[in-house]
Amino acid sequence: MSLSDDLYRETILDHYHQPRNTGTIEAPTAQVEGVNPLCGDELTLYLKVSQDGKIDDVKLTAHGCSINTASGSMMSEAILGQSVERAREIIGTFKEMMLSKTDTAELVDDLEDLEALRGVKKYPVRIKCALLPWNTLLEGLDCADPKQTTTAVKTFTET
Amino acid sequence: MIEPKQIIKDFPILNREIGGHKLVYLDNAATSQKPRAVIDAISHYYEHYNANVHRGIHTMSEEATAAYEGVREKIAAFIDVDNTCEIIYTRNTTEAINLVAYSWGRQNVLPGDEIVLTPMEHHSNLVPWQQLAAEREAKLVFLELTDDGQVNMDSARALIGPKTRLVAVTHMSNVLGTIVPVKEIAALAHKVGAVVLVDGAQSVPHMPVSVKDLDCDFLAFSFHKMLGPTGTGILWGKKELLEAMPPFMFGGDMISSVAREKSRFNELPWKFEAGTPNIADVIASGAAIDYLSNLGMENVRQHEIEITRYALKKLGGLKDMVIYGPKEAEQRGGVIAFNMDGIHPHDLGQILSDSGIAIRAGHHCCQPLMKDLKVMGTARASFYIYNTEAEVDLLAAALEEADKVLGHVAVR
Repeated sequence: MSLSDDLYRETILDHYHQPRNTGTIEAPTAQVEGVNPLCGDELTLYLKVSQDGKIDDVKLTAHGCSINTASGSMMSEAILGQSVERAREIIGTFKEMMLSKTDTAELVDDLEDLEALRGVKKYPVRIKCALLPWNTLLEGLDCADPKQTTTAVKTFTET
Repeated sequence: MIEPKQIIKDFPILNREIGGHKLVYLDNAATSQKPRAVIDAISHYYEHYNANVHRGIHTMSEEATAAYEGVREKIAAFIDVDNTCEIIYTRNTTEAINLVAYSWGRQNVLPGDEIVLTPMEHHSNLVPWQQLAAEREAKLVFLELTDDGQVNMDSARALIGPKTRLVAVTHMSNVLGTIVPVKEIAALAHKVGAVVLVDGAQSVPHMPVSVKDLDCDFLAFSFHKMLGPTGTGILWGKKELLEAMPPFMFGGDMISSVAREKSRFNELPWKFEAGTPNIADVIASGAAIDYLSNLGMENVRQHEIEITRYALKKLGGLKDMVIYGPKEAEQRGGVIAFNMDGIHPHDLGQILSDSGIAIRAGHHCCQPLMKDLKVMGTARASFYIYNTEAEVDLLAAALEEADKVLGHVAVR
């Protein structure tokens, strides 16, 4: 058993066993349900975005595989407290790493944990597991309007 | 008596290594592996007598036609059919069921009619009937299952009634392994004048099946799950039903004469076999039947009861293991769906794959059943003639390893 292999390396297992920022947010700016019908992964993402465009809070409830859970957990850490603009950059960087046919630059500093997910690229059917939280977040950022007092509710389906 | 150690020698692929581990193939409910005899039958056809069938007066066409039509006789003997005109070649089980849904269904199902199914049907024996029901304003009715995944026969007696036009049931569940009492259900259906279709995709490869004994009206199955190649399947139907049914597809080979404006259709079974068929794979399917017949289907079934009994005990002894379906090996096929310690089935599948063990993980084309079981999906190990108890031990050991890495999931 190659448990030390890329897919289940320590960082992923750490986030899988103790996912960060789990739970719900009362009266969030946006609430998005992300679904991958192929494998049944489901998660709900809650976002609180401030008037000046900062991600004040992010929470996830997930019922998914290890890759999905760990990816969501790492994502929440990477974007919490960031501006919406910066969050979009991080999403772009991560998706490029996962989808690019060629090698992309190594992720460093506060994105270092995400580097652990690069190994998932070797297992094409599971790339979507890693991407689901990120695509759900994109949907959330698109519909979040801090000026509104009501919650924008959306669903995102991985295809 | 099945001796996997001898049988393994006939299957070249079983020598394969995956990541330095010997392949342990436990995904037989998805597709079986192929013996040398089946692989050779394909290349022998292409190397020696590749020709189109039912036309051409040359030697190779006659040889190809004889081999292709000869397989019908093998199939007839295999499922206890007297008349080979009742054996229709299709691509697979799904196409066989669609043939009935389009041809018989569109002719016979009327508004208000009921189509009775079990809740554990494969999508291929559910979606065609959903379409037909929607088109005809007919209603789908589902039999109930007991807690251990067997058909509740009281519900069958209550739900099969005067409005029932068709009962379409699996003979063996591809998830729970449940063997459905088709014979009893068919008797109930015939009492009210309904027609009975049996999805034999999982049963025909793994146990003796006699359509006379079952007394069903249609039986569908695929060869790729019974040592044969992909792309060939069978619809068997009672002659009087098939004769009354209109063709499903039109074109070459299914006609007896064609004029500019009008055509006369061929007789059974060719009426339903439009276009150049899958000649090589049908011929190789004959080799698969020969292989299974040599072993004896009673022996195949006995081997699977034994390995399933062993696996139920072995896997059942693992921590936080949930096994779905009937408790006793005699009540089920060699299919074991399970979940372990809250670990996502895809994670289990991935980690087992690292040990060279191939299982299925997911919804198994049975999403409504997954919903009934209140799970996203399951892992599934399924056995065949070449599997051994030693492989079950490897599976159990790999599952214990997986549990060490991924188990004890924090509540999220």
